[in-house]
Amino acid sequence: MNAPSSALPSRWERFRDSYLLYSFKRDIVAQISLMVFIALVAVAVLAPWLSPMNPYDLAQIDILSSELPPFWVDGSDAEYLLGTDAQGRDMLSTILYGARVSLMIGFGAVALQALIGVCFGLLAGYLGGRIDAFLMRLADIQLSFSTLMVAIIVGALVKAIFGGETFSAYAVPLLILIIGLAEWPQYARTVRASVLAEKNKEYVDAARVMGLRSKRIMFRHILPNTLSPIFVISTVQIANAIISEAALSFLGLGMPETHPSLGSLIKAGFDYIQSGSWWITLIPGAVLIVLVLSINLLGDWLRDVMNPRLYKG
Amino acid sequence: MIAFLVKRLFHALLVMFVISIIAFAIQDNLGDPIQQMVGQSVPESERAELREELGLNDPFLVQYARFAINAAQFDFGYSYVFNQPTTEVIARHLPATLELVAAATFLIITLSVPIGVYSAIKPRAWLSRFFMGISIVGISIPVFLTAIMLIQLFAIGVSWTPFPVDTAWGSWLNDLISTEGGMPAYGRGNPVPVFGTWETNFASLEGLTYLVLPAVSLASIMLPLFIRLIRAEMLEVMQSDYVKFARAKGISMRRIYFLHALKNTMLPVITVGGVQIGTLVAYTILTETVFQWPGMGLMFLDAIERSDIPLIVTYLMIVGLIFVITNTIVDLIYGLVNPTVKLTGKPA
Amino acid sequence: MALLEVNHLDVRFALRLGEVHALRDVNFTLERGERLGIVGESGAGKSVAAFSLLNLIAKPGFIAGGEVRFDGKQLNSMSERALRKVRGNRISMIFQDPMMTLNPVLSIGEQMLECLKAHRRISSKEARAIALDKLRQVQIPSPETRLDQYPHELSGGMRQRIIIAIALLLDPDIIIADEPTTALDVTIQAEIMALLLELCEKYNVGLILITHDLGVVSQVTQRMLVMYAGRVIEQGPTREIINDPQHPYTQGLINALPQMATPGEKLNQIRGSMPSLSNLPSGCAFHPRCDFIKRADGTQRPACTQQVPEFVTSGNCKVACHMVAELLDKEANDEARLKETNP
Repeated sequence: MNAPSSALPSRWERFRDSYLLYSFKRDIVAQISLMVFIALVAVAVLAPWLSPMNPYDLAQIDILSSELPPFWVDGSDAEYLLGTDAQGRDMLSTILYGARVSLMIGFGAVALQALIGVCFGLLAGYLGGRIDAFLMRLADIQLSFSTLMVAIIVGALVKAIFGGETFSAYAVPLLILIIGLAEWPQYARTVRASVLAEKNKEYVDAARVMGLRSKRIMFRHILPNTLSPIFVISTVQIANAIISEAALSFLGLGMPETHPSLGSLIKAGFDYIQSGSWWITLIPGAVLIVLVLSINLLGDWLRDVMNPRLYKG
Repeated sequence: MIAFLVKRLFHALLVMFVISIIAFAIQDNLGDPIQQMVGQSVPESERAELREELGLNDPFLVQYARFAINAAQFDFGYSYVFNQPTTEVIARHLPATLELVAAATFLIITLSVPIGVYSAIKPRAWLSRFFMGISIVGISIPVFLTAIMLIQLFAIGVSWTPFPVDTAWGSWLNDLISTEGGMPAYGRGNPVPVFGTWETNFASLEGLTYLVLPAVSLASIMLPLFIRLIRAEMLEVMQSDYVKFARAKGISMRRIYFLHALKNTMLPVITVGGVQIGTLVAYTILTETVFQWPGMGLMFLDAIERSDIPLIVTYLMIVGLIFVITNTIVDLIYGLVNPTVKLTGKPA
Repeated sequence: MALLEVNHLDVRFALRLGEVHALRDVNFTLERGERLGIVGESGAGKSVAAFSLLNLIAKPGFIAGGEVRFDGKQLNSMSERALRKVRGNRISMIFQDPMMTLNPVLSIGEQMLECLKAHRRISSKEARAIALDKLRQVQIPSPETRLDQYPHELSGGMRQRIIIAIALLLDPDIIIADEPTTALDVTIQAEIMALLLELCEKYNVGLILITHDLGVVSQVTQRMLVMYAGRVIEQGPTREIINDPQHPYTQGLINALPQMATPGEKLNQIRGSMPSLSNLPSGCAFHPRCDFIKRADGTQRPACTQQVPEFVTSGNCKVACHMVAELLDKEANDEARLKETNP
């Protein structure tokens, strides 16, 4: 399918002729999801330049203009497109900054999970024996506790150890650490499953016969062949990490309100929903849903196209 | 059967051992019972005496052994905040959480199986596509947001007026898309006492109305997951040789779908279900927070807020125990459904 | 009228990348009690042919044309309900891999009784008696205990015997066996094949045997079809085809048999491999692998690369090959000329 007749195709040519691109061109849902996702990432990255005000800067906040509704509701102020929150912060700005924080933690946590999970998965799958049994039992216990539960418990403990002030100050790296540590088993199991499938193939035997070292065989020979399942679960994991961060923040175990993520914006707004100021909580909520949905739809498409062996259960 | 139970029991004890070590480590490092007992004003010498008396200077292993022996007798000490044995505090909050989980599980099972099977049997029908679309949206909405949206829609109410209010059809359409609200979304209402600390929401209509929104929220995250899982597994099973052979035998499609295919589909679903019970308990923390549902999750968050270390530790141990028990039950059910597991060990 | 008649059967698969023609213009008949072999490499369309007889092709496959007539009735236009009465009852099937054919979560008894109950109004007791009788006929030891066992408790050979018993449960007219011994140990392959043959002869059951094993076909069947890339390329009495194959592909298959090689020498093989159905070569699909696209005198035979060969009759066989057609033409011409010169 992706082998043109001329000598060796370049990477670009291979990509251009691949089934991946072919099916992407035919899948309108995947196209829209990718566009929405890229747009959200772009505005989040460019938040400091795009947003009308800096929500972290207390000097810019006008408490008198608090709880103003968005532009399509009566009583809105043209200056605040999406209204203001209870502290008088511009909703549009807080959402842009919040999405930035959510994405940063999401990607950071997934990078950490992938690092831990891939290493453990390779070790467990390639070495087998006691190391395999130990790592997988650990993964089983952690998964049976559910990753969110582990994240909540670890989050609670970290907060108890460091105290609320310190926790707030270092919330971003701490959350990356917590979510990264909580969700590594998914990667480890997937990688292990595909390592086990790859391990017995001839090319691995050949590499071993040639006298290559285990480390080289694992990283240069086996790992590349496990990439497509890793790629597919990464999409799901990013969505999960963003949801986990939002959940932790909603429970007060995540980003402080002074430096909010989408989750802490929803938490902050929830107190005002009974008084009719629904936008403070529901607009960041809608952004969170659109962000996660676009990632999940892309993940679904990728899974259909790449159809990797995924670890079940 | 007995060998299976022994093996499971051993595994369960191992997990509980790991959890108890973690729990003890938390208590050992974070909880200072002296501070809680006597406050700031007591001089250091008296504190040291108390410390010795309570055995807090004993070696780690001795202290852990004491903790483990007490834990085995469900004695986890006193809650700082409630000044009661922690197990009593938990016992007061446990029924609320269990009822919420039970109601959500009921919704998940009764809805996911028919919808999943239907969308696997008729993958191209518009209804299947609709269900699959809803499912992917469903798993993309965090459970607390679902809860908030449900509160907005059914507890507070929404009045949309995109159509002209002064015309009959306009106001009719406006009414159609607006919601009235009024559903209870705060606490448990007045549950009916059954015995001891157990009060139930299932016994009265009022109790059930209080249960609706929290249970739907809690189910909302798991339901689409199970629909997708059942559909995917069923589609795979329908491709198998044994289903083709059953068709070649002239068996009716109904029997093939609901006996041959469904029984095989349920095997991985049961396994995943066992894992997801843990997630469900985690999500009760979120759901209970939004609805102020007085269960263990809300209690746990409160305990964290107030650094009630004994209560946190007890919660961990009890939740760990619940996981271990449910996982064992799930394994047993799996063994009963799958004949290749002889309930002696791993699948053949 | 033959018991089973297949006329111009045409099966296609509607894939995302376009339509693939899996079966083109397949014609054959089967008399009561007759045994027919369908031979070809994997991917030639043998299994598709087997499944299409009972309209069991899984989506996205579908029968695009032609007909399957059984006992005077057209099967491929029948309702699913009416077709179900034929499946397993008058025509039953045996699959390739006994490890995958039985449902792992249902007991052997359940899987046998449901088949009887789907076709006959009988009590469980009667059904059980029939099942036991069939298990004895396929020489299963202690059949009573087998009924309560699950597939994973039995060996592959045992499972295939049970599948044969299921195929025989309702005393069918025809059994379609799709590579029934390929997945088994070599030692028990012959045993299972002999059992199947014996039971078919005993009860006068017609057999359609799908296999890539020419040896088995020559021992078991009376007539055979050779398939290549979705088409039948040669068909006729088994003995004639085996002794005197006309089509270069059939010749290649027979020459590739180990018993045809001289000890110590390399086995003969047909060069190249079968083309993908979605990308067939022009003309005769076999021409890129064929040694006879040039005539004996070295001149090109353009038809081979340009035109799909029609069937020509040679003896009792039908062959789809330009070379054979040319030879036959020449013979006929020679004969005619001979007649003209010597009246």
